[in-house]
Amino acid sequence: MQGVIQATMDFVKQYWAPLVCSLAIVAILPLVAGYIVLVERKIMADMQARLGPMRVGPHGLLQPIADAVKLLIKEDIIPDEADKLVFWLAPVLSVAAALLAMAGLAIGPAFQIAKDINIGILFVVGVSALGIFGIVLGGWASNSHYSLIGALRSSAQLVSYETAAGMALVCGLLFAGSLNITSIVQAQYDQGIWFGLLAPVAFFTYLVASIAETNRAPFDLPEAESELVAGYMTEFSGFRWSLYFLAEYTNMIVVASVATTLFLGGWLRPFPRTTWLNFLDFLPPLAMIGVAAYCFMRTPKQPARVQQMFMLAVAGLCLAVALVLAAPLVVPAVKPFHDGILGAFWFILKVSLYIYFFMWLRFTLPRYRFDQLMRLGWHFLIPLSIINVLVIGIAMIVGQYFNLTGGALLLTTIPASIIALIVALFILASEQKSEPQKASAAPDSYA
Amino acid sequence: MLPIGHYLFLGLALFIIGVIGVVTRRNVIVILMSIELILNAVNINLVAFSRLYGDVAGQVFALFIIADAAAEAAVGLGIIIAFFRNRETVLEDEMDLLKW
Amino acid sequence: MLDQVIFYTFAAIAVISAILTVTRRNVVHSAIFLITALLATAGIFLQLRAEFLFIVQIILYVGGIMVLFVFVIMLVNLDEAVRQMRFARQKWVSLLVSLALAAQVGLMFWSSRKMPGQGMPKFVAAPVDKLPANSEAVAQSLFQTYLLPFEIASVLLLVAMIGAVVMAKKRT
Repeated sequence: MQGVIQATMDFVKQYWAPLVCSLAIVAILPLVAGYIVLVERKIMADMQARLGPMRVGPHGLLQPIADAVKLLIKEDIIPDEADKLVFWLAPVLSVAAALLAMAGLAIGPAFQIAKDINIGILFVVGVSALGIFGIVLGGWASNSHYSLIGALRSSAQLVSYETAAGMALVCGLLFAGSLNITSIVQAQYDQGIWFGLLAPVAFFTYLVASIAETNRAPFDLPEAESELVAGYMTEFSGFRWSLYFLAEYTNMIVVASVATTLFLGGWLRPFPRTTWLNFLDFLPPLAMIGVAAYCFMRTPKQPARVQQMFMLAVAGLCLAVALVLAAPLVVPAVKPFHDGILGAFWFILKVSLYIYFFMWLRFTLPRYRFDQLMRLGWHFLIPLSIINVLVIGIAMIVGQYFNLTGGALLLTTIPASIIALIVALFILASEQKSEPQKASAAPDSYA
Repeated sequence: MLPIGHYLFLGLALFIIGVIGVVTRRNVIVILMSIELILNAVNINLVAFSRLYGDVAGQVFALFIIADAAAEAAVGLGIIIAFFRNRETVLEDEMDLLKW
Repeated sequence: MLDQVIFYTFAAIAVISAILTVTRRNVVHSAIFLITALLATAGIFLQLRAEFLFIVQIILYVGGIMVLFVFVIMLVNLDEAVRQMRFARQKWVSLLVSLALAAQVGLMFWSSRKMPGQGMPKFVAAPVDKLPANSEAVAQSLFQTYLLPFEIASVLLLVAMIGAVVMAKKRT
């Protein structure tokens, strides 16, 4: 017994920082997800020429908190015929996988919970893939046809698109030569170019596959309202439903972070080795000051006293962030934290842009049909990604032969990517020729 | 590092549970799952010895076993689906078409 | 000490969920407990510092094979199977034989511990901080020493894939 306590004490003493960080992530992430939902609603409103949530707080800034309270005090319904244990387990599983995957991610060189694990990016991808069990088991446990069909669709979709995503990751990892996240970003710094530019086809494949994996539109078949009510979430209500929602948005953050790390240079600023672009370091604090100034300007226009105060608070917060971002550039004492602070800014900026792209697609494209989705996955994306790994490997060997590094590698990888694209399109075309389109597509029983 | 015996006994326990599952259950899917347990027990032993001798060969063997398990599961489940389509059952003592 | 706590925790989870896997009446519950057992085994791999195998176990076994299992369980009709007998007729005999096998092997392990000179191997494992980077070491071994088995495994997987497709295809 004494030994066990001693071991626990040692463990806590050795790992207190990651423990605190992970607690912070678990505590903060629901809030972040809530605000992503708010941003999504605002963007949707903007694209549809309306205002979106405006009532709670200035410009609806407190809406996520109101939503959370609403979800927490809703009645928690468990269907009579449901499998109680699995019904209870499924949402927890979903959200646990998503949160666990966050542990491997690095937000800047300084902020990483599981530091320097050898398998780095594989850990993130593998653990986040476990979320599929939450969906499948949830759909099965609710004992409802809509849920089960949604769950089966979702598992089929995830399994088929995971192959393409994995192959795209392999392509990026070929350039990095390591699975460790820090080494991947370091490799991009050393080569002076983002891997997304070196392997554009792989980046494109990962982009499409990651949209499909997070069940976002236009691939949100598992939860298509017009066909399946709400897919696997049909029977879930209140807090369990919000857990699924949290898992979905956390998964979005995870795939965006993986793409950022591997293809968009992680926490590096654009063109990290080009010295005449060093003024870009001043961009983060200036941008934050700009946001703060905008908030100040809008303050007098707010209708209520409380809203004016709140707007001022937001402006103050932005100013504080700007100060933190400016500190390593101005104060010599904070200089060592330069990479950590500015890196975190760039990383979060890139992740936000990636998620913004998701939302943009969602409000632009109509939903795919299930057989179209499967054809896109199996007949185009998977062949494309496999061929791409092949030709990128050849391109790297050719590049080594001519001693090309960094940006010069583009000379070999760009033609290789074009070849991969042409071959994949050729395969797609020949398949469609050999398999003439039936006049009326037979209804697939599992679609 | 713990003595190797701990890992061997854990592997043995999982192996025997898997064997019991294979020989006593009627549902073919559960039998396939028990086979996965058996393969898993083998993996534990291999990795434990690999750590003991400081040689990664054991881990490579475990990788091969996992690939094997994937192949076995794919074919086995394919057979189960084909069989279910024909006979509407997944119980192994009802698979007696050749027993006349 | 930390190693021991981790090992015993994961070992207990693995054994208990393995027992539940083979005794549950509902196949989906069995699958869930098998997933738990496999994840606990992955934890033991991590405790043995086989990081790469840990993640392969999670990606391939849990994320791939078990998804396939759950998928098939949902395709075949379960409601009837739940109500039927769980165990085959020969259960007592087979249980006895399996336990005899367990006793035999266990006795062998136990007695070999005490035999002088030829008991359990007493090699000293490399200390944790001296181990080479795991995924690199596995890759070296896999693609240099065991390249031929690797290729054979890939052919095996291809054969299995084609076989599964042929098996599960609808006869038209």
